[in-house]
Amino acid sequence: MNELKKYHEIPIGGTVITKDVVQPKTGGWRMGEKPMVNLDKCVNCLICWLDCPDTAVLAEGTDFFGFEYDYCKGCALCAEVCPTDAIVMVPDDQEVPEYGRMLNGGPHEN
Amino acid sequence: MKTKPTEAERIEMLRRAKLLTGAEGAAHAMRQINPDVFPVYPITPQTPIIQTFSKFVADGEASTEIINVESEHSAMSAAIGAATAGGRTMTATASQGLALMIENIYIAASMRLPIVLAIGNRALSGPINIHCDHSDSMLARDSGVIQFFVENAQEAYDFMIMSVPLAENHDVLLPVLVGQDGFTITHTAEPILLEEDEDVQNFVGEYEIPYPLLNLQKPTTQGPFDMPDYYFEHKRQQQAAMDAVPDAFDTVANHYAALTGRRYDAIEEYRLEDAERAIVVMGSSAGTMKEVVDDLREQGEAVGLLKVRMFRPFPTKKVREALGHVQKVAVLDRAMSFGSKGPLYMEVAEALFGAGPSMQNYVFGLGGRDLFPADIRQVFENLKNPEEMREMQYIGIRE
Amino acid sequence: MMKEIRWHGRGGQGAKTVSELVALALMHHGYFVQAFPEYGPERSGAPLQAYTRSSDEPIRLHCGVTDPDLVVVLDDSLLHEIRVTEGLKPEGFILVNTKKTKEALRLQLGFDGTLYCINADKIAVETGLLYSNVVMAGALGGILGNPPLEDLKRAAEEFLSIKLSPKIVEINLKAIEAGFRESQHMEELA
Repeated sequence: MNELKKYHEIPIGGTVITKDVVQPKTGGWRMGEKPMVNLDKCVNCLICWLDCPDTAVLAEGTDFFGFEYDYCKGCALCAEVCPTDAIVMVPDDQEVPEYGRMLNGGPHEN
Repeated sequence: MKTKPTEAERIEMLRRAKLLTGAEGAAHAMRQINPDVFPVYPITPQTPIIQTFSKFVADGEASTEIINVESEHSAMSAAIGAATAGGRTMTATASQGLALMIENIYIAASMRLPIVLAIGNRALSGPINIHCDHSDSMLARDSGVIQFFVENAQEAYDFMIMSVPLAENHDVLLPVLVGQDGFTITHTAEPILLEEDEDVQNFVGEYEIPYPLLNLQKPTTQGPFDMPDYYFEHKRQQQAAMDAVPDAFDTVANHYAALTGRRYDAIEEYRLEDAERAIVVMGSSAGTMKEVVDDLREQGEAVGLLKVRMFRPFPTKKVREALGHVQKVAVLDRAMSFGSKGPLYMEVAEALFGAGPSMQNYVFGLGGRDLFPADIRQVFENLKNPEEMREMQYIGIRE
Repeated sequence: MMKEIRWHGRGGQGAKTVSELVALALMHHGYFVQAFPEYGPERSGAPLQAYTRSSDEPIRLHCGVTDPDLVVVLDDSLLHEIRVTEGLKPEGFILVNTKKTKEALRLQLGFDGTLYCINADKIAVETGLLYSNVVMAGALGGILGNPPLEDLKRAAEEFLSIKLSPKIVEINLKAIEAGFRESQHMEELA
């Protein structure tokens, strides 16, 4: 729990300054499933990146990178829009590589 | 007290004067301030302000981006966007237009945006009426904006200019409403003195706010959601900003006086020193009252006038100091708060709470009803009579 | 001393313009001034009033004019519907743009004070103008001796140039002069 500040200790007008922001990790709300990607099928179309309502799809330049599970709520939109079925939903408690990156059926080291 | 100028003095005073309406005066101030953005929607009696200013922009005399929006709600929304982004922003409106802006005026104030608004004060519907009273500005009373009411075209020009550094003072950062009486000031031509363009430019300086949204080096989020744990603190900050206004205004007024020779205070005391009876009023009627006060003084009556220029924040302490010694005070409101007393009366009553004067509230001039010297004489006469001190009274009403 | 002029015209005849023009001329002549129209739900052709105040002291009054020193009527058809002499000070005068004779007009007005008649429409047309408001300004200056013709012309040039072409402004200046000259003959009639 953060300590609450006094009225003269906070920026005026409700302005939120980047350095002050405590990012609330919303991935804890995820229920049931999470996405995983088979990079050998991914064509870097970034449709999933565009559609993710929680900016939990990461890209590196113009390439798809993986999933930020701290923010993913498991809505499965990414899997739904993926044109090559590269993204699949797996049970939330299943162990996956970091960022959910798989290559040729096995974990893909970054 | 008025002293009669000699012909030579008259000619010297008028040599530099221009014959301009209050609306044109405000537009000249805007031309000289040259704000970055001016979102606006026309409405009587504000229209000549934006009409004149638009012409200046079209003629290349100001480089402002005028945004013609589809309503006053949009005008204020666009103004909030522009001011947040980091541009000096002004707009103008009246009556129903101000009413339509109100929810966004609250937002501008709470986001601490130094937007300056020129208001041509006009009655609110209904019945529909285009003439002057102060009901429209009173809608914004609790919104968190600084509010001025001016007496004449010269003050309309001067307060537009002074409002810019006041609004942008970093201890303040609040919107300012400069109200000039619709038609009585907006459409009346009077000799006014304009300052040099360059002097006004230097006086208002560069626009600088702490967190411009377009500063990519310091990214911020503006206008976010507050939970109960912080909303109250942000409202408390707005009061702190208001508390900083008197000192900030003094500084601005001193600088302006050094430039122009015209020194303005939040209130104007007129022959109050030894007054036994006094009237308190805002706006153009103060001028008419000064004439009456002079006449009555000549007849040996101890009368005076207090003109309130700054309604928000209300100069409570100054009003108490100015009126504490007066025996009887009539407060003339040009707006009503139905079911209670007039808004100015309530402020003055609070300022004088526990102090000497007995008080009387009058409502006058709604929907442009004229206030003549005879009406004002009658108010001073009524103040002599304890019988007249009891109820709220209405000047010029048929009853 | 405060002097108050009331101008009667119809929307579009330039009563507001001439109230400001005369104010400007008086200001150039060293007087404090004020000019304002009286607004209603006005439109072209509706009767309207405008006012010019002048004084040798700064003007602080911001109420309407109830008892003018002078009344100027730009259109005599208004006499049927408006009591143009209302409140006019007994020592004041009224100046009417009309084709009628002074005697006929006096009868119609029921006014025994000083009355001046001028066929300003005719003068305007002869000078090449559709509007007689500036002719009336010239005539007023001529009767009062104030503002002087040169201040009226200077004010007109300054004021009218904002909206009109130099050629039209020139015609207006001639019309002011014509009105002024005409007023010099009117004195004999008064």
